[in-house]
Amino acid sequence: MATIVQPPGSPAAKGGKLRAWVNKRLPVDEFIDDQLTGYYAPKNFNIWYYFGSLALFVLVMQLLTGIFLTMFYKVGEATAFDSVEFIMREVEWGWLIRYLHSTGASAFFIVVYLHMFRALLYGSYKAPRELLWLLGMGVYLALMAEAFMGYVLPWGNMSFWGAQVIVNLFGTIPAIGPGLVEWIRGDYGIADATLNRFFSLHVVGIPLALLLLVVLHLVALRRTGSNNPDGVEIKERLGANGKPVDGIPFHPYYTIKDVVGVGVFLVLFCIVVFFVPTLGGLFLEGPNFEPANPLSTPEHIAPVWYFTPYYAILRAVPDQRMGALLMFLAVAVFLFIPWLDRSPIKSMRYRGWLSRLGLAMFVVSFLVLMFLGLQPAEGLYVLLARIFTVLYFAYFFVVLPFFPKFENVRPVPERLTYHAH
Amino acid sequence: MAENVVTVDDDVGDSSRRKFLLGATVAMGAVGAAFVVTPFVASWKPSERARAMGAPAELDITKIEPGQMTTVTWRKQPIYIVHRTPEMVSALSKNDARLKDPKSEDSEQPDYTKNEMRSRKAEFLVLIGTCTHLGCLPKSRFEAGVPELGADWPGGFFCPCHGSRFDLAGRVFQGSPASVNLRIPPYEFRDERTLVIGLDGQQQKSGAA
Repeated sequence: MATIVQPPGSPAAKGGKLRAWVNKRLPVDEFIDDQLTGYYAPKNFNIWYYFGSLALFVLVMQLLTGIFLTMFYKVGEATAFDSVEFIMREVEWGWLIRYLHSTGASAFFIVVYLHMFRALLYGSYKAPRELLWLLGMGVYLALMAEAFMGYVLPWGNMSFWGAQVIVNLFGTIPAIGPGLVEWIRGDYGIADATLNRFFSLHVVGIPLALLLLVVLHLVALRRTGSNNPDGVEIKERLGANGKPVDGIPFHPYYTIKDVVGVGVFLVLFCIVVFFVPTLGGLFLEGPNFEPANPLSTPEHIAPVWYFTPYYAILRAVPDQRMGALLMFLAVAVFLFIPWLDRSPIKSMRYRGWLSRLGLAMFVVSFLVLMFLGLQPAEGLYVLLARIFTVLYFAYFFVVLPFFPKFENVRPVPERLTYHAH
Repeated sequence: MAENVVTVDDDVGDSSRRKFLLGATVAMGAVGAAFVVTPFVASWKPSERARAMGAPAELDITKIEPGQMTTVTWRKQPIYIVHRTPEMVSALSKNDARLKDPKSEDSEQPDYTKNEMRSRKAEFLVLIGTCTHLGCLPKSRFEAGVPELGADWPGGFFCPCHGSRFDLAGRVFQGSPASVNLRIPPYEFRDERTLVIGLDGQQQKSGAA
């Protein structure tokens, strides 16, 4: 029998014969060593560093609950609404699976928004992490498409009219608009054909793209390493073992930390699932408990909360084409952040007050627009939406490029600031 | 062994020929890919069935009282048919100063309705009942000066979604998010009683849909 010679101390040398047999054919130990135990992350992560792993957790949860919902859901104009009611009333535990999925959609956006805020706070999009940021934005865009199409599937009246409004946005594109809208719908109105293609994309197409983007996002993260609250590159200071002196192995240290994060998240998540699954119309809107009716518009059409900042911007502009353009710009502008930000310093800890106030202004604008998008577009609300739309864009085109020139910054330390607990 | 190794570098002498062949292959591949993609893209267009379901709709107009509106569905779109009273018709021209597009220059309608009343017969207004802003259904508010729309409201349509306002010819008022007038489908009067939506003598192909 041939003996497999392993250098002492190499991962494959650990364990018994079966392990050696597998590792000779599939680099399991090598993978774990590269990606987890040998991957060093900065030792000063704080609470903001929970949301990446939580996003991954929610993604897995959405995939699993989605697979089960697909077993009972019946796509089609005539059957979709009834099959969702069937899941809610007659499938054993069907209500739980559906509420996990519908609450999971909102939870996904909560953790992703917090994850994105972390990047703004500590400059995690700055060189050399521009591609990491762009891949993350790809995940965000795919998530928005996924959530929109998922919301259409129950074929409630808000599903129908939400789809109507969003699809018609493409009609504002000059020349090709009307034809494009007909092509997206596959009919002269939002119809069976539209529902079927949205189902296909929601269940197969976009989840595949989403998974690919998440994998690429993680691969890019492994290449650059995580940023940290100090914005100091730990790779510039290596120890005798060739690993960063200010880093600790991702496993077990951060896997254990992330498990605690999942625990806390699940407590809050389950409170919503069990006691307030609609969250007062925020997570599931009232008009969606009526079947789709092409001849009756709900009194007040509003998208789900995670789209409302952009919806408020759309409605703030009196001209329809400009409104749609500004709304698309409000999303797309995130892609340019790594190049718009001219500060030499990553973390808010060492930037000046101007940058901090700018970021605070942006967060307030985003939240106020989120609120305004849920309100009817009239009177004071329209005025406020216009003011906060200006402030929203001011962050990207004034604060990020120009404020760094005028502020006094504090010296960035050479190593992480870290105090043992 | 060593003398049999073929080197693939540029000093072989005919690298330009190689580059040309590579370029030609990639170009042919791109053309092929475009052909393969076409059926998949085209599959999203309205199907034969959807197009057949878009056949003309008929309506007996004698059943609509003056001042009343009825709605029929044509191509999944609600079609509003309003029987305008002579007072409604004569009041229309007073709105012109407050409209975005009083002459319907930028709006979508068949040529035979591009007139002051936006209709073939002054007393019958036929509209596609989806807001030109984002496709909600404008509600009929024919009585002038209703409190929630202000004392100067002349009567017309009000969209509850984003607040667009239209007059009794479907023309949009200034200050509305919609920028053009409500669209008009192709239609004709087959006889004194029958309105046919989706068919007209002049253009077989419906432009407004």
